[in-house]
Amino acid sequence: MRHLLSTRDLDRAAAIRLLDIAEDMADTQLREVKKLPTLRGKTVVNLFFEDSTRTRISFEAAAKRLSADVINFSAKGSSVSKGESLKDTAQTLQAIGADAVVIRHGASGAPRTLANSGWIDAGVLNAGDGTHEHPTQALLDAFTIRRRLRPGASRGAGLDGVKVTIVGDILHSRVARSNVWLLDTLGAEVTLVAPPTLLPVDLAAWPARILYDLDVAIDEGRPDVVMMLRIQTERMRDAFFPNPREYSRRWGLDDERLARLGPDSIVMHPGPMNRGLEISSRAADSAMSTVREQVSNGVSVRMAALYLLLSGNTEEGS
Amino acid sequence: MSARTVLHQADIARALTRISHEILESNRGADDLVILGIPTRGVLLAERVAGLVSQISGQDIPFGALDVTLYRDDLGRHPTRNPQPSRIPAGGVDGKTVVLVDDVLFSGRTIRAALDALGDYGRPRVVRLAALIDRGHRELPIRPDFVGKNLPSALDERINVRLTELDGDEYVSIEGADA
Repeated sequence: MRHLLSTRDLDRAAAIRLLDIAEDMADTQLREVKKLPTLRGKTVVNLFFEDSTRTRISFEAAAKRLSADVINFSAKGSSVSKGESLKDTAQTLQAIGADAVVIRHGASGAPRTLANSGWIDAGVLNAGDGTHEHPTQALLDAFTIRRRLRPGASRGAGLDGVKVTIVGDILHSRVARSNVWLLDTLGAEVTLVAPPTLLPVDLAAWPARILYDLDVAIDEGRPDVVMMLRIQTERMRDAFFPNPREYSRRWGLDDERLARLGPDSIVMHPGPMNRGLEISSRAADSAMSTVREQVSNGVSVRMAALYLLLSGNTEEGS
Repeated sequence: MSARTVLHQADIARALTRISHEILESNRGADDLVILGIPTRGVLLAERVAGLVSQISGQDIPFGALDVTLYRDDLGRHPTRNPQPSRIPAGGVDGKTVVLVDDVLFSGRTIRAALDALGDYGRPRVVRLAALIDRGHRELPIRPDFVGKNLPSALDERINVRLTELDGDEYVSIEGADA
């Protein structure tokens, strides 16, 4: 694998391979000695133009567990604030000798630009670009679902027939986009639930069913997985719903809706959560919730992604 | 193709039986023995050796798998390898006599990686090495303690180990490069 930019680039075999390697990585994280020598001598740069807590920490932990050297770069406090372009930043990284660049950027497509520009030789890993994609989040979500639904027997399996309902701010969500493509590739049935104002204009090409009513989705869809998305106020420059209370009442996962889910359903949230807005505290902390599992699985999945990007000779195709 | 069979199924069975006796002899019994195979075929051989040692000694010998992929020093020289699951027996490896089992011993680099991997699971009292085939050409100061068959080979020859569980049939053959 040369780059990881979008879950659309992954076919079913490649996705399952990555998830299986993540299982092996997860096994090593149960040991007393968690560090592996695998990527010794490789340099991973975390290039973060947007704020992030868990993704940056997760990538840093993943790279360090594999013995890679990690350089953290955040746009704040760097020469970007002096007007340095992406190209010049990239060439600086090239000169330092980066083997992989983990990039988060506010502009959709920035990682692909970096990967295809010829500015650097390093592998590029998309850690979230604008409202486009966040592939490792989708992979860790798929990993979490697979582990929960098939405890101890998840290796090699897809998510065939699993009913996943994604609720909330689909319009601004790169997590939703990456998940829709990956879940479809793995055989899951995806339903999107959101107020019409928070859905993209043209959904015809998306392999997903669209609903506007969360109660209908829960009562008639009987979802195995309910994935709540964060309301991204920082990207909202319009009024998308009258007020938070109304949103919460109609599209939030409150205690009453939580009780109507099947006992084996799981509740997911990519974090950070707005408790009381899209998800109630009881739902976030219930036994059905995988919020914390998602974070620890994130390290294993990112270890697998870094391993696939950085091991193997470069002549290998795709 | 000039593949020549050097061990048939019965030869493999005899070699494994002899190795099992030798393991018991050198360990002076079956106490604290742990048998770990290196994927893929080493795991199958380890399971058989553990079965034989259990049968001979009357004690249940724990066995497992030790994957070395993430510890290899040649990851950048080949297409990306898929790691295999490691299974370490519940009793762990601390203070145990660990016998590593592999199908073909060649450069010794796999065993070097295995020793590093094993160190991350604990501190065995002794580590021994059993190989079904020793084909020579060591690149590191590593030697086997138990060998099924010494098979001097040229560097460009291929050794094929086929085992019933995985391949449907069972033999060891050597294949010339001029084929």
